[in-house]
Amino acid sequence: MPTDDLDLSGQVALVTGGSRGIGRAIALRLSQAGAYVAINYSADDQAAKRTLLDLERGGGQGELQKFPVENFAKVQDAIKEFSKRKGRLDILVNNAGISRDQVLARMKPEDWHRVLAVNLTGAFYCCRAAARVMVRRRYGRIIVISSIIGRIGRAGQANYAASKAGLEAMTRSLALELAGRQITVNAVAPGYIETEMTLALPPKVRQEILDHIPSGRAGTAEDVAGVVLFLASGLSAYLTGQTLHLNGGLYFG
Amino acid sequence: MDIKERVIQLIIEHLELAPADVVPEAHFIDDLGISSMDLWELVLVMEDEFGLEVPDEDLEKIGTIQDAINFITAHAEEK
Repeated sequence: MPTDDLDLSGQVALVTGGSRGIGRAIALRLSQAGAYVAINYSADDQAAKRTLLDLERGGGQGELQKFPVENFAKVQDAIKEFSKRKGRLDILVNNAGISRDQVLARMKPEDWHRVLAVNLTGAFYCCRAAARVMVRRRYGRIIVISSIIGRIGRAGQANYAASKAGLEAMTRSLALELAGRQITVNAVAPGYIETEMTLALPPKVRQEILDHIPSGRAGTAEDVAGVVLFLASGLSAYLTGQTLHLNGGLYFG
Repeated sequence: MDIKERVIQLIIEHLELAPADVVPEAHFIDDLGISSMDLWELVLVMEDEFGLEVPDEDLEKIGTIQDAINFITAHAEEK
């Protein structure tokens, strides 16, 4: 089952928030490595269909899984049905995430709760449902997409930062619980990555960030996907509970 | 083999325990010293073996081997 290279042939993966941005790149990358990939999304049917089409054009196989990660019953039902039908679930990538930026004075309780619900609680729900399958088979790869913001913070992102720091803490605890079952749990914390989410930042803020990146460029979704592939593969069997910082030298952890 | 024997056999094999220790009154965690993760895994394996599903709230009710036998007997009969 686990191989000693990056080949994921015969394996089954679920990528949450997989229709756009980093999630899309991860879905495509895992597919190129041979995995059957379920692309989870919550709203954007068009983008999801485009991603699946691109995945299939690349010679891959997969499907769409539309459910909100913050709804436990729906997460459970979807993952149960999917893993039963495919007979396995090897890889879970918790990528679904949103932001509702506001400075403290203006951040409404619902902005706080919404971001925590999707980013942190949603990942927990998916891990819980996926672990039922992985524990049975005594193999699994759980990957969490965190953010540099979970470590260094940013004004206006108290909710987002808290959700990402929480994900990293959850990663360590679940890694300890699941290590005996050959299930690894790791996080990837990207720095500044060009996606729709980051392009929404004011140009001045974007330029300031770029000026501080030692690599001299923003990261790409594909940069993240490559590291996720490593974590999803048999090559990373002894790596668990870690957060890999992927930021062009901006921050070392 | 009846359900009781099948459950006990499964526990012996899956948890690699001495058959003499696996008696109905034995408590999984207090007597057999298995972890809650071991117990969860055992329940998942029993779900597959007996073709039933243990709801989350019932998982907490399984303390002894007899509890597991009772639960499986009750739910296997439903089928």
